[in-house]
Amino acid sequence: MSTTPRSDAQTVVVTGIGATTPIGGDVASTWDGLLAGRSGVRSLTEEWASELPVQFAARVAVDPADVLDRVEARKLDRTQQLALVAAREAWADAGAPDVDRERLGVSIATGIGGALTLLGQWDIYRESGPRRVSPHTIPMLMPNGPAAVVGLELSARAGVHTPVSACASGAEAVAQGLTMIRSGRADMVVVGGTEACIHPLPLAAFAAMRALSKRNDDPPAASRPWDTARDGFVFGEGAAVLVIETAEHAKARGAKIYGEVAGAGITADGHHIAQPDPEGKGATRAMRAALVDAGAEPSDVVHINAHGTSTPQGDVAEALAIRNALGEDAANVAVTSTKSMTGHLLGAAGAVESLACIMALHDQLMPPTINLENLDPEVQLDIVSGQARKIEDDRLPGAIALNNSFGFGGHNVALAFRSYP
Amino acid sequence: MADQQEILSGLAEIVNEVAGVPVDSVQLDKAFTDDLDIDSLSMVEVVVAAEEKFSVKIPDDDVKDLRTVGDAVTYIAQAGA
Repeated sequence: MSTTPRSDAQTVVVTGIGATTPIGGDVASTWDGLLAGRSGVRSLTEEWASELPVQFAARVAVDPADVLDRVEARKLDRTQQLALVAAREAWADAGAPDVDRERLGVSIATGIGGALTLLGQWDIYRESGPRRVSPHTIPMLMPNGPAAVVGLELSARAGVHTPVSACASGAEAVAQGLTMIRSGRADMVVVGGTEACIHPLPLAAFAAMRALSKRNDDPPAASRPWDTARDGFVFGEGAAVLVIETAEHAKARGAKIYGEVAGAGITADGHHIAQPDPEGKGATRAMRAALVDAGAEPSDVVHINAHGTSTPQGDVAEALAIRNALGEDAANVAVTSTKSMTGHLLGAAGAVESLACIMALHDQLMPPTINLENLDPEVQLDIVSGQARKIEDDRLPGAIALNNSFGFGGHNVALAFRSYP
Repeated sequence: MADQQEILSGLAEIVNEVAGVPVDSVQLDKAFTDDLDIDSLSMVEVVVAAEEKFSVKIPDDDVKDLRTVGDAVTYIAQAGA
């Protein structure tokens, strides 16, 4: 076990959490559902779904329109609505502190941005002409819209950012927040990711890439990472937000601390726009870099919340990357993919799974991978299959949980979280 | 041709839909920006909805003169006359 004495001023911790996901409308219901192995994947009942090759998705469990004020919601794209719901929960959970707003930052990602607004307004244009296009269209569709809305909500003025790296975006947003604090640009940062583009066009487009599962007859069983019968990922929507700050800042205001954001590793494959490097070399480097950044050793890693999207190629490449990154210590790491339950939340995935890592360390419980019936023989990992598993007490001090996120474009982000004493 | 009271109540419905302002608060002497907190983007929505509802044209150059609800009611009444 490594000993990395970092001062409270150098240690970045999580003090507030919020989420709205296909499993639940808040953190408590989401986390309970993940531990219970509950799928959020459902058939799409809309008429347009009947002509699509893929007729299911993972919609949020609680529609944001049921939570937000009507007038507020009508000026917000669904990505913004979900981000706002998650951010409000996280900020309240952090104690809604009265902090210096010029030292408060935001880093909230999205992979696709306001696609529903873009497509919806184009429909209005074609049906009713240009004068009927909403004046709110641009602020709703711009990818930085969710971060901007959360920044306005909290009057955050240290800098408001939106990293965009496809399905690695949410994790990159967490990394960006870590950098902001370490570089002295902010005392606190509200970090996370949001995605909402369940619509026939994005579904058809991902299906055209042959990236999506087509298990229309049994949607809850469609996302099955590392199973021999996996056939693609499941399109999902949702958001998660974390409030992070230095341990010094948290203690000074008497905040509760969930865990530490210990390090981040960001690399690029330089291989292909949409295919993973078959050996996962970029992913390996990202995990190693995250551990170095965290001042941790492979033997400290107890848990990995994997990218694990349930694609034939990606799952195998990541498994190889994990083994290459951790060496023989990989045998002592319990790996899971919560995407087996949430589906793939694209730009929100890294944020939801960061939250799951923090909660796993905090509660000493790792959520399961569901639908794993026959482990792919090429995957030589200890998968938390079927039901949640405890993190034993003797492994807890200094325990690291990694979260992997990889995006089209060859983006790799690994985040290292550490249990907080 | 709608009379002033009909225009006022119609405008109040639009302002309520767009900005959530209670219908009863939309009175002739109220200023869109200062009293009803309607920003420039929402004002565009109000204008476009009013054009449709009252079958009138309100050119962008004229919108800046519509400071109060009363200004808008008068303008719409004259434009529709």
